Amino acid sequence: MKAGSNLEKVLTSGHFAVTGELGPPRGASVEAVEKKASYLKGVVDSINVTDNQTSVVRMSSVAVCKLLVDMGLEPNLQMVCRDRNRIAMQSDLLGAYALGIRNVLCLSGDHNKFGDHPQSKNVFDVDSVQLISIVKMLRDEGKMLSGQECEGVAKFFIGAAANPFGDPFEFRVTRLAKKIDAGVDFVQTQCIYNMDKWRKYMHMAHEEGLTEKCYIMAGITPLKSVGMARYMAKFVPGLDVPDYYIERLKGVEKKKQAAEGIKIAVEQIQEMREMPGVAGIHLMAIEWEHKVPEILEAAGLLPRPKVD
Amino acid sequence: MVVAERKPIEEILAMVADFKKVLLVGCKGCVTVCCAGGTKEVGILASALRIARKKAGNPLEVVEHTLERQCDPEYVDQLGPMLQENGFDAVLSMACSVGPQFIAKKYPIQVFPMLNTTFIGGALEHGVWAEFCQSCGNCIIHNFGGLCPIARCSKSLMNGPCGGSANKQCEVSPEIDCIWHLIYDRMVELGQVEKLRNVFPIKDWSTSRDGGPRKIVREDLKL
Repeated sequence: MKAGSNLEKVLTSGHFAVTGELGPPRGASVEAVEKKASYLKGVVDSINVTDNQTSVVRMSSVAVCKLLVDMGLEPNLQMVCRDRNRIAMQSDLLGAYALGIRNVLCLSGDHNKFGDHPQSKNVFDVDSVQLISIVKMLRDEGKMLSGQECEGVAKFFIGAAANPFGDPFEFRVTRLAKKIDAGVDFVQTQCIYNMDKWRKYMHMAHEEGLTEKCYIMAGITPLKSVGMARYMAKFVPGLDVPDYYIERLKGVEKKKQAAEGIKIAVEQIQEMREMPGVAGIHLMAIEWEHKVPEILEAAGLLPRPKVD
Repeated sequence: MVVAERKPIEEILAMVADFKKVLLVGCKGCVTVCCAGGTKEVGILASALRIARKKAGNPLEVVEHTLERQCDPEYVDQLGPMLQENGFDAVLSMACSVGPQFIAKKYPIQVFPMLNTTFIGGALEHGVWAEFCQSCGNCIIHNFGGLCPIARCSKSLMNGPCGGSANKQCEVSPEIDCIWHLIYDRMVELGQVEKLRNVFPIKDWSTSRDGGPRKIVREDLKL
């Protein structure tokens, strides 16, 4: 065991893992965190806590992770390179470990231009690949980037994101390989809708032997409506929503679109379970956390395994 | 070169609202090349200010002068006699922001910047300029096919494009090329794409502004 997190135990014991996601509130409400967390309790192996996603100010990711730890849930701390330099990142990582956080997901971060503070100064001292190497150095060498020996070693299970649908497509598997070289243990992908392209990506990753070197978890986001599908297809850069899903949602009456979206997600999950090299799913039910148990039940992924 | 653009006329008029006589100083360096603060632009701004103030019934006397450069003390020194004699209320500098600072250091008179100094860049076509360098102080572009991911990637990524790269465009704006897509294409063209497979190490920013304001001392050139 590298970190001994529940996610690591589930993955290393060969179970098909399930992670969920919790977006912290735009405020200081503990109740808001508890409410979202209650839907995920017992149905996922670990919960990603986003770090000011879309560059909108929200409750600190480390703080929300600690709230989850206190509730008996396992968090996965998302950390972006946008807002902190290497000093703050290492400091927060040490603090997060001290608070009982054992998984960390290293991300570049959405550009601040998109958020609610577009006037802010960004940082990008290191990039996501380099951040992986920092977390690995802390864990495996017990040293900071400066070479300073740590008084108490922070041992994290190290994650990263992958977007098979960004351009240039040919470089996407290379970028995954770089993240593995930097020290990543598991990868969670961007929301997958274009299954053909995803299969091609996984085939290339498999050919390069990458599926043997890290756990790849497929990103699933249920579509709530045809409007959401259209929005994601049109306005989210690097997302690929094929027309056939849009047509399919359009084909059912409005109040049944949510159910159809869940049906699509369940079908995708079932396909992921059969696909070689896919170690689990990362279910991002955006502002739809209460639907997570229903989706996982329908996909046959409950109850979750208990691994010691 | 340093690329700059003129401030909006409303902002400039507000700056000079209390003055009767100003010296408007252009620069024959970079800002002449990027058509922001050379002799021609000095003339245009001077006329605009005179007309606006005359219309408002509060005429402004604008004396025009363009220096060889405003970033060398020997040229800035040439303003001395003019400033001593003519009773100017202020100096308006049309150089990059180095110019007004050199003038401010030398003369006990208020100095105002007429330009926004924007970036180190070049002309893409007539009338269009883009940023190419962030002056990080330790050039690494040979690792990326001669293209700079520090200045030209919105997130200064050193290990490939983020997930927001689509159709060769940056997620920040369709007006911005995804430099990582261009780097990839260029490395393929050069037959060196495998070089992008290596993890590019964490950058030392101490040579950049992060190490404090910088200075170059060339002992071999000092008098």
